[in-house]
Amino acid sequence: MILKQIRRLPTWARWASFATLGILVLTLVQELGQNETSHLTAMTTSQTALKWSIPILLAGLGGLFAERAGIINIGLEGMMILGTWFGAWGAFNYGPYSGILIGIIGGAIGGLIHAIATVGFGVDHIISGVAINILGPFAARFLSSEIFTGYQGGSVTQSPRVESVDKFTMPFLAGGYDTPNFLKWLGDKDIPILSDTGNIFRGVLTQTSWATIIALLLVPLSAWLLWRTRFGLRVRISGEDPWAGESQGVNIYRYKFIAVMISGGLAGFGGAFITIEMSSIYQEGGTTGRGFIGLAALIFGNWRPGGILAAALLFGYPYALQFGDFDGFASHALLLVNAIALFGVTIWAIRRSKHADAVIAFVLATLSAVWYFIADTVPDWWVKILPYVIVIVVLIFFAQRLRMPAANGQIYRRGQT
Amino acid sequence: MKNETIRRIMLALAAPFAAVVFATIASSIFLLIAGSNPFTAYGDMFEYGSRLEIQVDILNRATPLYISGVAAAIGFRMNLFNIGVEGQYRLAAIVAAYVGASVSLPGVLHVGLILIVAMLVGGAYSGVAGVLKVTRGVNEVISTIMLNAIAISGLIAWLVREWQAGGSVDATATNLGVGTEPIDESGLIPNINSWLELFTREIGKGKELTGVFLVAVAVGILYHILINRTRFGFDLRATGINPFAARVGGVSDKKMVLGAMVLSGVVAGLVGMAEIAKLGRFNPNFVGGLGFAGIAVALLGRNHPGGIAIGALLFAFLDTASGVLQVTGSASREIVFIMQGIILLAAVIAYEVVQRFRIREEARLASALLEGDAQ
Repeated sequence: MILKQIRRLPTWARWASFATLGILVLTLVQELGQNETSHLTAMTTSQTALKWSIPILLAGLGGLFAERAGIINIGLEGMMILGTWFGAWGAFNYGPYSGILIGIIGGAIGGLIHAIATVGFGVDHIISGVAINILGPFAARFLSSEIFTGYQGGSVTQSPRVESVDKFTMPFLAGGYDTPNFLKWLGDKDIPILSDTGNIFRGVLTQTSWATIIALLLVPLSAWLLWRTRFGLRVRISGEDPWAGESQGVNIYRYKFIAVMISGGLAGFGGAFITIEMSSIYQEGGTTGRGFIGLAALIFGNWRPGGILAAALLFGYPYALQFGDFDGFASHALLLVNAIALFGVTIWAIRRSKHADAVIAFVLATLSAVWYFIADTVPDWWVKILPYVIVIVVLIFFAQRLRMPAANGQIYRRGQT
Repeated sequence: MKNETIRRIMLALAAPFAAVVFATIASSIFLLIAGSNPFTAYGDMFEYGSRLEIQVDILNRATPLYISGVAAAIGFRMNLFNIGVEGQYRLAAIVAAYVGASVSLPGVLHVGLILIVAMLVGGAYSGVAGVLKVTRGVNEVISTIMLNAIAISGLIAWLVREWQAGGSVDATATNLGVGTEPIDESGLIPNINSWLELFTREIGKGKELTGVFLVAVAVGILYHILINRTRFGFDLRATGINPFAARVGGVSDKKMVLGAMVLSGVVAGLVGMAEIAKLGRFNPNFVGGLGFAGIAVALLGRNHPGGIAIGALLFAFLDTASGVLQVTGSASREIVFIMQGIILLAAVIAYEVVQRFRIREEARLASALLEGDAQ
């Protein structure tokens, strides 16, 4: 019944109710669970989770532009690596804002190479992407050996420390600019659910980097650009039916080129974000596969900006939980959250008579719940692999019911069908 | 007819040749910008490359690269992208090293057991991605990448502490120790210096040519037979070229996906064996990156058993030359990474160009023949 009501709501309200449901589950698990932890809804957790979501979001948006134009971009990871390197180099020499811009350019160069190979020469998209993923780290390694080794504190595998961009704290709600801190007041009251919600929002609104804010603004901007402008229409026709676009006089090559370069630029932004906002340093291998997680976010988000944001937050959360969870209780409590979520999926699958989904979800939910009740903490390796496991589990349930652009991955040659 | 054959071979060689020339020119530009003399650098690379001991190093490096390339190629042959060789071979290596150390058997059996365990583990782990793809439609590129992360940062990091020689180490320990228990001498594949010395002078400087080289040769021959001489290989190629036609022809694409994925993992399991034979155990610094390099080698070799061998030797030469450059100091050793990257990308593009040229040629030939018939 409730689900039906939710489905009738407008999109924003639907997402809001899902978010509320999520917060409710987190709070309940914390209140009623075996171990005392407040880490699941702590301010620091939501703050870190948002930060960790941004590179995934940016990679996902990068994938969105490429795949909406019909080019699969497995090379996001390699472009992100270029972004981490160029971001560090730019930030070290010209300051953090320029660093991000230079990181974007670095990623866009990777996008340009991908576009030349796939659009210009018609190379298989995945082969070209894989080649870029191999080229990216090689190029970064070479550049480091030539440039970073000459800097104080730099080496073949890392850059000197770089500065971050400025932070923003919301006035009145989170007490920025010496205003009253409403959410802190609410959090200190210790009212169940309300205080937890307050803490989560306080984390998101406190000391938020401008880079984060720009990245978040890219979500509505991408939606507007792709669905509300002539440019977007032409990009999308390149991905849905390039031959139809061609017959209307659209220069498909040009739009594919631009889209793939935007894609690389966004991945480069993600890489620069990792360097400048998260690690404060370029480190070899610092992307840890987040370009690929961005691709998973793109799939789970059904090739839509809002969906990608939701997926990025979902995938970013378990990363954040690792930090500050010294007793391992929060990761342990997350098992129960997972179990509840999977039981939810079970019910959803039963209602839609997807029996296989229901059985798998039920088995996974039961395993998760049993593990929660027999163990006090979870081993450290489980915490490490959790983000990747969540990606796989999410894809298990959603990979088949989504719709990608119709001509995605096909090799388009002008004048040939 | 003979002319036609020569022409075909020339066309096939044109692409990789063009790629290497292009990469050499591009790298020379990078070297010049970096302030090194490209001729000295290349001269050093070739001068060292002509020494027997360095050649042994190259073969030792090429051996796992070749196996890894074949593992990737099995999937590529049917447009199935197993990016997970990296995780598969490392997981296989640690389990094989553990099992190998915990038994004592006579020579051949011991070696056989270790190899079989490695293949089973590799196959099982890649099988996960196969099952996810066939039953749930999960894209294998993403699932194998996630499985890589799970294997490397999770399972192996845990197992290497758990199976530490002399008892498990705590998670907080900074020193990860020596690795798993050592494997008995009987379980280690011996070096084949004596085989190579039949053709050459004695190998000096304590260099040893890995016996796994023979395993790699066997893998290559079996791969050739499998792809070109068996029903499975035919179905595999057919599915790769035209999945719809293959399905109409009665090939179950699900079975093929699963089969190719598992087989790819089985071969991937062997990638770490040369290192195991050398070290006698799995240690925390176990060689990495062979899986990704193998993908590059497979792409360079166009998934052809001979082509992969050339690609593996080329990459192994460059890897070894990187060490040479460090010794002579004539250029930054990292230049070889750039060369490898450019060769790969240039080759991928060059193959496509040659392929298009060939199709156009054939179309032209066919239309010429047809016109001839009409008259």
